[in-house]
Amino acid sequence: MKSRNKKLLAIGLSVVGLAIAASLVLNAFKKNLVFFFSPTQVAAGEAPKDRAFRIGGLVESGSLKRSEDGMLASFVVTDTAKSITVQYSIREYGPLPDLFKEGKGVVAEGKMGDGGAFLATQVLAKHDENYMPPEAAHALEQAQKAQQTVVTQ
Amino acid sequence: MKRWLPLIIFVALAGFFYVGLHLNPREVPSPFIGKPAPAFTLPVVGQAGVTFAPEQNKGKVWLFNVWAPWCVACRQEHDALMQLSQAGVPIYGLNWKDKDREAAALLAREGSPYVVTADDLDGRVGIDYGVTGTPETFVIDKQGIIRMKHIGPIDADAWQNKFLPLLKELNK
Amino acid sequence: MIPELGQLALILALLLALAQGILPILGAHRGNATLMAVARPAAQGQFVFVAIAFGCLAYAFLTNDFSVENVARNSFSQLPKIYRFTATWGSHEGSILLWTLVLAFWTMAVTVFSHHLPDDMSARVIGVMGLVSSGFLAFILLTSDPFTRLNPIPADGNDMNPLLQDPGMVFHPPMLYMGYVGFSVAFAFAIAALLSGRFDAAWARWSRPWTTVAWVFLTIGITAGSWWAYNELGWGGWWFWDPTENASFIPWLAGTALIHSLAVTEKRGAFKGWTVLLAIIAFSMSLLGTFLVRSGVLSSVHAFATDPTRGIFILGFLGVVIGGSLVLYAIRVPKMESGGSFTWFSRESLLLANNVVLVAALGSVLLGTLYPLFMDAMGMGKISVGPPYFNSVFVPLIAPAMFLAGVGPLARWKQASLPEMAKRLRIAMAVSVASALLLPLTVGGFNWMASVGIGLAMWIVFTVLIGFAERLKHEQGSKLAALMRLPRGFWGMQLGHFGLAWVVAGIALVSAYETERNVKMNVGDTVHLSGYAFTFMGVEMRDGPNYRAARGTLEVSTGGKPAFVLHPEKRIYNASGMPMTEAAINYGFTRDVYAALGEELGPNEWTVRVFFKPFVGWLWLAGAMLTLGGILAAFDRRYLIALRKTGADTSPAKGAAVQGAKA
Repeated sequence: MKSRNKKLLAIGLSVVGLAIAASLVLNAFKKNLVFFFSPTQVAAGEAPKDRAFRIGGLVESGSLKRSEDGMLASFVVTDTAKSITVQYSIREYGPLPDLFKEGKGVVAEGKMGDGGAFLATQVLAKHDENYMPPEAAHALEQAQKAQQTVVTQ
Repeated sequence: MKRWLPLIIFVALAGFFYVGLHLNPREVPSPFIGKPAPAFTLPVVGQAGVTFAPEQNKGKVWLFNVWAPWCVACRQEHDALMQLSQAGVPIYGLNWKDKDREAAALLAREGSPYVVTADDLDGRVGIDYGVTGTPETFVIDKQGIIRMKHIGPIDADAWQNKFLPLLKELNK
Repeated sequence: MIPELGQLALILALLLALAQGILPILGAHRGNATLMAVARPAAQGQFVFVAIAFGCLAYAFLTNDFSVENVARNSFSQLPKIYRFTATWGSHEGSILLWTLVLAFWTMAVTVFSHHLPDDMSARVIGVMGLVSSGFLAFILLTSDPFTRLNPIPADGNDMNPLLQDPGMVFHPPMLYMGYVGFSVAFAFAIAALLSGRFDAAWARWSRPWTTVAWVFLTIGITAGSWWAYNELGWGGWWFWDPTENASFIPWLAGTALIHSLAVTEKRGAFKGWTVLLAIIAFSMSLLGTFLVRSGVLSSVHAFATDPTRGIFILGFLGVVIGGSLVLYAIRVPKMESGGSFTWFSRESLLLANNVVLVAALGSVLLGTLYPLFMDAMGMGKISVGPPYFNSVFVPLIAPAMFLAGVGPLARWKQASLPEMAKRLRIAMAVSVASALLLPLTVGGFNWMASVGIGLAMWIVFTVLIGFAERLKHEQGSKLAALMRLPRGFWGMQLGHFGLAWVVAGIALVSAYETERNVKMNVGDTVHLSGYAFTFMGVEMRDGPNYRAARGTLEVSTGGKPAFVLHPEKRIYNASGMPMTEAAINYGFTRDVYAALGEELGPNEWTVRVFFKPFVGWLWLAGAMLTLGGILAAFDRRYLIALRKTGADTSPAKGAAVQGAKA
């Protein structure tokens, strides 16, 4: 092969390589982006049916219940407008985070189950007592906008 | 052109950061704004047998300040609150989750800016008001409606630009 | 009194940093030796004052001076002394002060070890570092004063975030900062070269050991951070693709690419523009890391500073530093003539491929880290990019780099022969393919991920061995003595690559074969996992120095014999009331056994989480190996000789002489 051909080959190979890398990245990206929905949006049917997403808001006081063996937790996440029941298998996915508390902000990742409950595979609570997870705060904000309350600010 | 490419990419990124910075994750607009202040009756710190309920304040515009003895940021606004109370602004406190019962001693030691401070030992009233941290201050109007919520210590800027205009309007 | 002294020291340090940043660069431009001579004393004075300021803050923490807001917010009288000291940099303000101290320290080191450079070069390098330092000092004084006083004085502090109360946190941030900030030296060399318009091989040789040392610190910092997450977070994970982790990993990838491209620039004079750009990128990514973690743009487990004014200052600072550098780069780059030519299959081309792969991997991590922010900024909703993205993109992207790490060191500069290479490598190839197919079966059944990981690891190990063997083939006499005579730079590269193989093997094995169980346990209950039996003996309350803990006892036996006892804890910290899971781990060379308490369901009834983690310890041992390799490479004889020849080797013409490929 002439050196010019070799150079063309090298360029060709690197273009192919880059194309493969780019398609890999974009494909993985599309598959793994996790969108966030507030309980109000979920109630309005905006959330995807067959794909994982995140919800966030406050854990309603008094809503945390456990199954008999303690390995299945269920609680209600609310953005003060709409609520959604979350089920979380401690057996499969591990204990609830240390800072998970009723009345505090929380974010859960998972899918909608057939029974209308949200089946979480991951529950996140922010590791700082004073602040909410930003996504939970966002949900409250959206709910407030939707309610169109008078805001003097 | 090629040599300017890194710069162009950087400028684009910086632009997004600039926009991103203005999205403040801490400003949580309270869904309670425009709603009646949740009712409660709680004992008053340092005065045995006395209780406080928001209904008692119907007909006046008042500040409801959530604080705690363990909260450092609350110390920051202590001076400001003292000045405000001397200027005649009625401030009512909510002593939030004070497990060590230190509030009375602290107020005696350093002066109290509050007309009274309600004692929310288990934090239940705080939850009713959607408190996410201390300090937080609510402005409640003559009809008992929450008109504003301020997160974090009250500084001169917040007082001038947020509180004062609102209080003027409400007191008209 | 002491805090005010600290503040005064900061102001004086800023003035000195400005003098250090402006005068020498002006002097170098005009050829004024007096102005250039300002560089060293100003930099050394600046270091002294920043150190005084840091000392004052540390003193305030150690003496529980709660009149200082920073102390009151981040410390607590019951906090053990060592954590009161580390709390100095636990806060936003303290960590930026630490950053500045580390920068002053690196500058100090440059002033001491730069006497062999031409005067205008060292003046420019020290000057650029002075400008960077001025930015940080101004940032501290204007937006993040660590010495603000409180009135009235609180009786006690708010305590340090319990997550940060871990021995790992003692070393993690200083090491990470030594690495981050260390890239400022390579950056300063690159800018100095752009300013002077001289891009010779000497420039690459000067900045290369500095870059390697910074890379070593960053490697230690990342390893310590991963160790901390594994021990402290109680989830059994060692890498979460958390934005704060990515913030240190992105500069590491850039630094790794830079080390490799500097090798080409030093040995062959090629890739000059690319190397300069990488030096700018590596330091920019360090600054970006600080920006991400310290401004609250992204919130995560340990990003706790939230104040937009700071963010705007940092952004402006980034704009000046990075934007300015890139403008300078764009103006000057046409002046660089590309050195030594090479063919499509040569060590240069393989290193170029390595750089392309590393930068692509860097880009994928950067994209995943910034994309959620981008979407948010555009008002397109909140999204998150979780570990599945990074695993499915980063792993296949970086795999070719592992393959290249085997071939590259064996290829000749300028022109290598592919058929000859294939012949030299066929045994290594056969062995690694065989182990990829067979070794997983001996561990726990075939798993394609473990297989690919082991195959690549064995590939690197065998090519490293071939590298040694070929070096020794023609040596006469004792092979051992010959081995010891090999240059430290060669040893460093080999150990570094070996460490890489070890990391890859560890990651592949632990990811493929780890097991986990979550169960409810009463006293006397036993749970079995991967050959271990855990018997729950109950929980008792214990008092720590600044927390109360429920301390569980799990007796672990294997093969019917008692092996060891684990004591996982659930702690409540006194000051913040924050609960924390403290995992218990039994460490081993081939496996860790890990237990954590979940929640209390009833009297002496808990949910318990147990993990069996094969080969997880390899990750950190391999980190130590990478570190050792870096240290050896940075202290190669040729750099030390250059240091000793003070003044003798300062003419640019001589410095430009390209060294032979063997050096």
